[in-house]
Amino acid sequence: MSLNQDKPLVVAGVEYQSRLIIGSGKYKDFEENLSALEASAAEMITVAIRRVNLGQNKDEPSLLEVISPDRYTMLPNTAGCYTAEDAVRTCRMARELLDGHKLVKLEVLGDQKTLYPNVTETLAAAEILVADGFDVMVYTSDDPLVAKRLEEIGCVAVMPLGAPIGSGLGIRNPYNIRMILENASVPIIVDAGVGTASDASIAMELGCDGVLMNTAIAEAQNPVLMASAMKKAVESGREAFLAGRMPRRLYASASSPIDGTFF
Amino acid sequence: MTMEISVNGEQHKIEQDMSLMDLLHALALTEGRIAVEVNGEIVPRSQFATQQINHQDKIEIVQAIGGG
Repeated sequence: MSLNQDKPLVVAGVEYQSRLIIGSGKYKDFEENLSALEASAAEMITVAIRRVNLGQNKDEPSLLEVISPDRYTMLPNTAGCYTAEDAVRTCRMARELLDGHKLVKLEVLGDQKTLYPNVTETLAAAEILVADGFDVMVYTSDDPLVAKRLEEIGCVAVMPLGAPIGSGLGIRNPYNIRMILENASVPIIVDAGVGTASDASIAMELGCDGVLMNTAIAEAQNPVLMASAMKKAVESGREAFLAGRMPRRLYASASSPIDGTFF
Repeated sequence: MTMEISVNGEQHKIEQDMSLMDLLHALALTEGRIAVEVNGEIVPRSQFATQQINHQDKIEIVQAIGGG
């Protein structure tokens, strides 16, 4: 990355060299997750907050023993929450669990089939969490007006979906992502929808500040190799955005000079 | 005298005069990172030893697990 003069991603005043955020769900085991994390070079990883299993073998390692909060920035999520109240409660538990950690990924879902965000509950939860001192990275729909509203509330990053969570359908509405980017003054991170490396590149080429993904890596046949591919895809998409692409033309434009032919 | 409490949605019978710390010991949950709510209120780790468990308390004990 010596050629480009890129600045690091800054979220809530903290600088990150990587613009890729990965998840910790759906992996075969913690070791595979850690290997993928290392291959992805991501510095931030999402985790879920759930009840401890009361019968569990206490010798079994826990996620945080394998993936250390001292080494990586934990991003506790509110996955599975369908109301603002449950999401706020989950964030407060996460803050206690992680010794006062303020950074959270807010997601309030509306429907089990689409996992689309419930935007009204998301807005309500964001207001409460920001007032309570949390640094809120918020998963939302790709509606530019809602994205702006979440920024105005004080969210530290707005994370529109590219497609439904776990669908792998890619960036379904790049024009909306562009509209969100045009109005944004906080990082815009595409969260959900990426299926393969080119999807991550497309998000970055649009000018997004980062990409968050879980299933695209965890459900690949070789998750660690896909994590490496995603690292490169995010970097190359970012460089292409900074480089500024050529204009699209309907017709050809010869690359070799027209003059000086000898035939 | 025993008391009935709910821990993570399961009913448990415990002896009287138990602190939250005693309960966590009994459940073998003193190792590792957890957070605890009693009746919807978070109990800071520093208060585990002094928080008394009362009849019909609803206790939630959570940890971080894999998720997107």
